[in-house]
Amino acid sequence: MPLNYTKKTLNHFLKPRNIGEIKNADAYAEIGNMVCGDQLNFSLKVEKGVIKDIKFMSFGCASNIATASIMTEKVKGMTLEEARNFDFNTITSELGGLPQQKIHCSVMAVQGLKKVIDNYEKKGEKVTNKKKVNRK
Amino acid sequence: MFIYLDNAATTQVDPRVLLAMEKYFLQDFANSSAIHIAGEKVDKDLNLAKEKVAKLLRADNKELIFTGSASEANNFIIKGVMRANKDKGKHLIVSQIEHPCVLAPAKELTQEGFEVSYVPVDKNGLVKLSELQKMIKPETVLVSIMTANNELGTVQDISKIAKIVKKAGAYFHTDAVQVVPYLDINMEKDNIDFLTLSAHKFHGPKGVGLAVISPEIKITPLITGGEQNNSLRAGTINTPGIIGFSKALEIAYRDKDKIREKVKGLRDYFLNKVKREIDKVELNGSLEKRLPSNLNLRFHGVEGEAVLMDLSQQGICVSTGSACSAQNLKTSYVLQALSITPDYLNSNIRFSFSKYNSKKELDETIKVLKASVARLRAFSPIK
Ligand SMILES: Cc1ncc(COP(=O)(O)O)c(C=O)c1O
Repeated sequence: MPLNYTKKTLNHFLKPRNIGEIKNADAYAEIGNMVCGDQLNFSLKVEKGVIKDIKFMSFGCASNIATASIMTEKVKGMTLEEARNFDFNTITSELGGLPQQKIHCSVMAVQGLKKVIDNYEKKGEKVTNKKKVNRK
Repeated sequence: MFIYLDNAATTQVDPRVLLAMEKYFLQDFANSSAIHIAGEKVDKDLNLAKEKVAKLLRADNKELIFTGSASEANNFIIKGVMRANKDKGKHLIVSQIEHPCVLAPAKELTQEGFEVSYVPVDKNGLVKLSELQKMIKPETVLVSIMTANNELGTVQDISKIAKIVKKAGAYFHTDAVQVVPYLDINMEKDNIDFLTLSAHKFHGPKGVGLAVISPEIKITPLITGGEQNNSLRAGTINTPGIIGFSKALEIAYRDKDKIREKVKGLRDYFLNKVKREIDKVELNGSLEKRLPSNLNLRFHGVEGEAVLMDLSQQGICVSTGSACSAQNLKTSYVLQALSITPDYLNSNIRFSFSKYNSKKELDETIKVLKASVARLRAFSPIK
């Protein structure tokens, strides 16, 4: 049975947005690993509680790359609160659907996003409260 | 047009095979079991085709049961022999790297109270003979070890294995689906009791498998309800399919020297050029004990399916494992059996070649492959 990726999924796979690593990022996170076959590394830049920039690196299949790509595109400019509530189903619907056995890719991308926000906030608490105050 | 490098999954039908089959659809279509003159003629042609197949496999004193697939043939032999010979014992031995259509029936049998042992393979993909020797016991009824593996193309020392099995008094089956025409098959000399083939792997039609069985060994049918094949497989005989099988096998072995030389030449050319052009590439499984049609390569730092999709977008067809497991997310149990570091289990691509491939196609493939690996490595977190 072929995977029948949508045009949009293929487009994000072939021309992924926001790939790479932000220099002097505010936070980093790694999710998954080579053994399970998918790994995503995120780097995040935040300004005034808003996602200024987010980039990713991927060791993964086409849908791993495409889901991370479209997610980073969507969350850029969101507040951390909004990004935290980002639903993995949004990825699937934005891509026009994913094969059932690839849904987990969108789940993993969102887990990675939450992890990088967590890492940012953990760090923020220690260093300064300013950003937290700003956000409220 | 596609560049098709997935010949271990299935192959293009040779036009001469299609031609040979045609008249059995349009003129000699009668039921070969019928008593009338039309049926009699078809039956005669079928017998000639069968004799040809038996001769090519050195299986003159065997019985040929054509099935709907190699999957069916393997199911028939494994379950049929075990179920029919309970008086002899209830122990079955298979290798760890058998095709799922051997492993699944083996598992089913355990639920019926049979005992199954799995012989491990070494890092080259070769069955550990000392382990087999240790496993085999008086209650062992059947040992099933594939001649060549579908993911790796690695070739077992079948004649040595058969000797061990014979000496222990067990029966020997080999799934030889991948080997035509790259290895000679000699059931007589190699002491093979049961053998499985599939026409679509050697430029014949899909849906035609073959179970070669030994008339003196008891076997229970899978499909009942007809007198065909001595009641060992019910169902109207697939005349065009069997004619196609026979023709494809005949061409394969008639042209074997030419085909082997050509395919091995292409394979070696591909391997050498890939190694020159792309760094951090490893071959999975032995190169020496391998079909000339197969390469299974590991590209460090990139995920296999992503490479496959890049190639696929350019019309190049390869596989990340066996065709049946390409869609399931679990990593290949065959590669796992080779004790490959878990980190590397997801970076593998199988390229399988045939007589219809050309150097030009391979050059084009390498060009696209090189670009894909570079593209994916550029944003891979694995360095
Ligand atoms: C080694 C081996 N055995 C059995 C099979 C099953 O063949 P078939 O498609 O005829 O059922 C295949 C092919 O998928 C194979 O490669």
